[in-house]
Parts: sequence; C-alpha cells; structure tokens
Amino acid sequence: MIEIKGLHRNWKEFRLAGIDLKIRDGEYFVILGPTGAGKTLLLELVAGFYQPDGGEISIGGKNVIGLPPEKRNIGFVYQDYSLFPHMNAKKNIEFGMQMRGIKNRSKKAVEEIAGYLNIGHLLHRHPNTLSGGEQQRVALARVLVIDPDVLLLDEPLSALDPGTQDATRKILKSIHSDSNLTVIHVTHDQTEARILADRIAVMMDGRIVQVGTPDEVFDKPVNDEVAHFVGVENVLKGEVIESSNGVCVLDIGGKVLEAVSECAIGDTVYACLRPENVTLSKTGVNSSARNSFEGSLLEVERMGALVRAKVDMDGSFLLNAFVTNQSADELGLMCGEPVVVSFKASAVHVV
Amino acid sequence: MGILIKQKPAIIKRADPLMLLFYFLSLVLLLFVFVVIANMIIGQVLTDFAGLVDAASSKPVLKSIFLSLYAGFLATMISLLLGVPTAYILARKNFTGKRFVESMLDVPVVIPHTVAGIALLTVFGANGLLGAPLQPYIQFRDAMPGIVVAMLFVSAPYLTNSAREGFKSVDPKLENAARSLGAPLWKAFVFVTLPLASRHLLIGSIMCWARAISEFGAVVMIAYYPMIGPTLIYDRYLSQGLSASRPIAVLLILVTLTIFIAVRILSAGWRVYDRD
Repeated sequence: MIEIKGLHRNWKEFRLAGIDLKIRDGEYFVILGPTGAGKTLLLELVAGFYQPDGGEISIGGKNVIGLPPEKRNIGFVYQDYSLFPHMNAKKNIEFGMQMRGIKNRSKKAVEEIAGYLNIGHLLHRHPNTLSGGEQQRVALARVLVIDPDVLLLDEPLSALDPGTQDATRKILKSIHSDSNLTVIHVTHDQTEARILADRIAVMMDGRIVQVGTPDEVFDKPVNDEVAHFVGVENVLKGEVIESSNGVCVLDIGGKVLEAVSECAIGDTVYACLRPENVTLSKTGVNSSARNSFEGSLLEVERMGALVRAKVDMDGSFLLNAFVTNQSADELGLMCGEPVVVSFKASAVHVV
Repeated sequence: MGILIKQKPAIIKRADPLMLLFYFLSLVLLLFVFVVIANMIIGQVLTDFAGLVDAASSKPVLKSIFLSLYAGFLATMISLLLGVPTAYILARKNFTGKRFVESMLDVPVVIPHTVAGIALLTVFGANGLLGAPLQPYIQFRDAMPGIVVAMLFVSAPYLTNSAREGFKSVDPKLENAARSLGAPLWKAFVFVTLPLASRHLLIGSIMCWARAISEFGAVVMIAYYPMIGPTLIYDRYLSQGLSASRPIAVLLILVTLTIFIAVRILSAGWRVYDRD
C-alpha cells in the first residue's frame, strides 16, 4: 500500500497543498487533472526526485521520505520516455539490473520482457530510430525488468497518435492484470482514466478534490469544477451483443447502440462519443444517424458559443451533447423535458 | 502526334544582395586569417627551408615547444578536475549569487593577460599570498608550476563554459530515470550524464589546451624561464630579429595544428546525441 499524508511542496509555479491518498496493493490508480494541477510533481515526489516541504509518503508500510530514488524500488516512466539516447534498446533495458549488480539472470530476463512486449526485433536499435509506441514499450520493459513495487506513469499515452494510444492502453491493462502491480498513472485524459482506472483521484490546483471509482467520479462529481472537467466526454461501458461487417451492436445499460467497429461478441468495451457529434431534437429527425434515443433533459449549461445539454436515457446512461446557442433557443430547451438524441454509428469510437 | 516537351521556365537564380554582401564580408575575414597564417608558413618553407630544419633539430627549440604542450596539458587536466564539477553545479542548481559566480569565472577571459600575470605574481610570487607560505615546498617564480598556474588561470573558463553547456543539454529527466532504475547519483553521472556531455567536454578541453599553449603575457610575467614556445620566439625576436624567430613560430604552429586536426578527425566519428 502507498500512503500519502499531508504532503505539501512549493515549486516554481506549482503548489501541492496537503495531499492525502491511500493506494491499495495491486490497484490501478489514476490521478486525473488538468494541465498545471501539479500531478507530475506529485509523482516525482513519490519517486523521490524531489523532497517535499512536509508530509509523509510510505510504500509498503515503509516511510520513504529522505530515501533517495534508487532505494525506493519504483519504476518511473516519463511522458517522453527518457530512454538513454547513447544506448541501444537492450542496453537501456539492462541498465537497471546492471546498477543493481544483477548480471547472471539479466540475459534471460531481457529476453522474457522483450518477448512479452513484442520488442525482441528492436533490441539492437537506438531510441532515436524508434517510433513513439516502440520507445514507450522499451521504456516499460526497462522498468518492468527490475520488478518494481510500484509503477509510476507520467502521461504515458499523451505523446502517442490515437492508434498507438489504443494499443498501448491495452498493453498497460494487460501488464496490470498479468503482474498485479500497483500502478499510479497520471493523466489529463478522462477517457484514459475511465478505461484503465480501478480508482481515480481528481486533482486540481495542487489539491485532491475527489477520490472514487470511475463511475463515482464521472456520474457523481463532487462539485461544478470536477463536473466541468470530467463531464465533457461521453464514455459508455457496454457489452458487444452482435458484430458483423464492421458494425457492432452494444448493450449499454439495457439500450442498444450501433457502432462502426470490429469487436468480438461478449467483450466488455467502452463507447466514446464526442458531444459535438450528438444531435438534439424534440421529436427525432430523419437522418442517416443509426442511433436514436429518447431521454429527458437533465441539465443545460451555457458555455460561451455552445450550450452543453446533459440527457438522461431513462437511467441507462447519461449523454452530453453540444448545441449552438441558436439551436438551443429554437428548441427551447428546458430541464426535465423529453428530448431525442441521435448520432451516427461512425461517430462512436469503441475501445 | 508529337510529344509535348514543356519548356522549363528559366529559373532566375539571383542571390539576395544582402547575402552577397555577407558572402563577401565572410570571405574577407577568412582571407585575413588564411593569408596571415599561410604567408608565414609558405614563406618560411619557400625562402628559408634550411632555417626551419635547423629549428626543428635545435634542442632548446624542441624543448620549449614540448614544454608548451606539456604545461598546457597539465593545465587542461587541472581545468577538467576543477571545471567539470563547477560546470555541473552551474548547469543543475539555482542559487543566489549564481550570476556573480558565473561572471567571476569569466573574468580571466576579459582582463589583459599581462595584468593577469601581475595578479598571479602577487599571489604566487616568492613573497606572494600563497607563494610565500608555499616557498619551502613549491616554487612558482621561474618554474614549471608558475607556467601551469598562469595557463590554468587564462584557459580554465573555456573548459568550464563548454562543459556547462554540455551538462545543460542533458535532460535532468534522464538522470531521474537512471536513479529510479537503481543508480546512485554518481553512477547516473558517470554512465548517463558524462557520456552525453562528452562532446562538449572534448571540445572544451581542446579549446582550453589551445588557449594554454598560445598564452604568453601571463606566463612571461611569472616565469620567463624555463622558456615556453612563445617566450622563446619573443626572446629570439628581441635578440636576433625576425629571421631567427620566424622558423620557431612556424614550427610551433605546425605542431599544434597537426595535433588539433588529429583530435578533430578522431572525434568526428563520435555520435552526437542531440535532444531530439
């Protein structure tokens, strides 16, 4: 277990004020917050790169304050991977074992981890010749091979292109389920948090404002600020019930939704939908949109040029939609009234 | 039906007038340096080759050139020992008075070298601040340690500055990554930071050594004897004139140029690890 108590630290423009967190063994814990919230600083304090001004951090019951990073047995992966540019992938992966004076089992361990992360063919290459996703896998191999007590990930997906993001997310998920490693993952991306996390801590302006399961954080945000931050994307959990010709049918809380995607029947998936791709109407419109649901308007919020409407589908799920000010006026949106939401199957991104 | 060959429009190739001016001015600078050096070397070889051979076989001349190279080498080694840690601190840490420290380290570059010589003499001379108490153990005045001290004073900033830029170019995150993988700071420094800054260190060392070898003003104030190359050239010029001093000057230039070119060629194969 990782326990953080009353941690605070001022550093340049960042300020951490009284952070309290308990992260259980084997938990995938995501710290979610906007840029500049101090998330990376918190992670670096846990790693021991900086010392806090006050407070406590313990890993596995052992107080680590004052302990240098090399004595904490943590694995840390930076956003830009921080591979050593003067060493090839193999040397990078061996570095940790070399520093610990473990040589006899290093060859086998490198082969094993390289096989697991599918980077065996890259071992002789230097980092600057690898793609972002490949560098990320080498960086993961480099920390996993030393068998750390906890894996600290600083925005591990945000420098990758969307396709590689999906693949890397799957890798992180399988690493966690295969090794039962405790993971602390810092991100500003809500989709990432919702899909990967066992529990989420929302961090804003240097403090933790909410801790809970993804459902708790996304469905019951503690205040407006959190609601605003986590509420803009639609990420719906569901099960694949049909799949043919690149179109799959998902069951989401009892409602049936179509998406253009290749999925396997029976899989638990997340359907991601951008609010600007959701159309709102009073009576339903005749269009090419394959998905159309009746719901009731829960909340209307003006956000400058756009209006955000939160619609409740009979308790099955909540959906955010953006409409322009003009169409909001024309529709005469009123809370509690029935509305129809529709969106194209191709607008749904399944992960 | 014939094949239509489209005539390419004539590309008007005319450099911008400003660039032409820049090309011209850079050529002037290049020729200025080249003519001065080449004239001396080629002139010597063509008009008085025998004098060059004489100089190359004269024991005092070879001794003085060797002394220049050797004392310069020692000064560079001491600069490395003292300058690398200094450079690392300056690259990594922020503290009050940092700008003062940086300016202080650069002072030897901007003061006239005879002034530096006088200042060194008042510290390392027989009655100097350090020279007096050290008198029973080490002689600076007219001795090898004096030459090294003078060279060190004027050349150390070149190494320190280059090393500092080198360390700055190494992302501290790489050191953090190394530490989290189990490396104590010294191992992170030796296995990650130093190799990545090695090019800067090498270039800094060459600059430092070159500056040390070319030093005359500061050295001559504290140690006229034993004579380093530049002192011997000056001495011969005063006592026997240009024709006696020029062969030694040419020899000194040829030896140093050969060494620098060799080092550059050897180091050209090094990879450059730029941050992206």
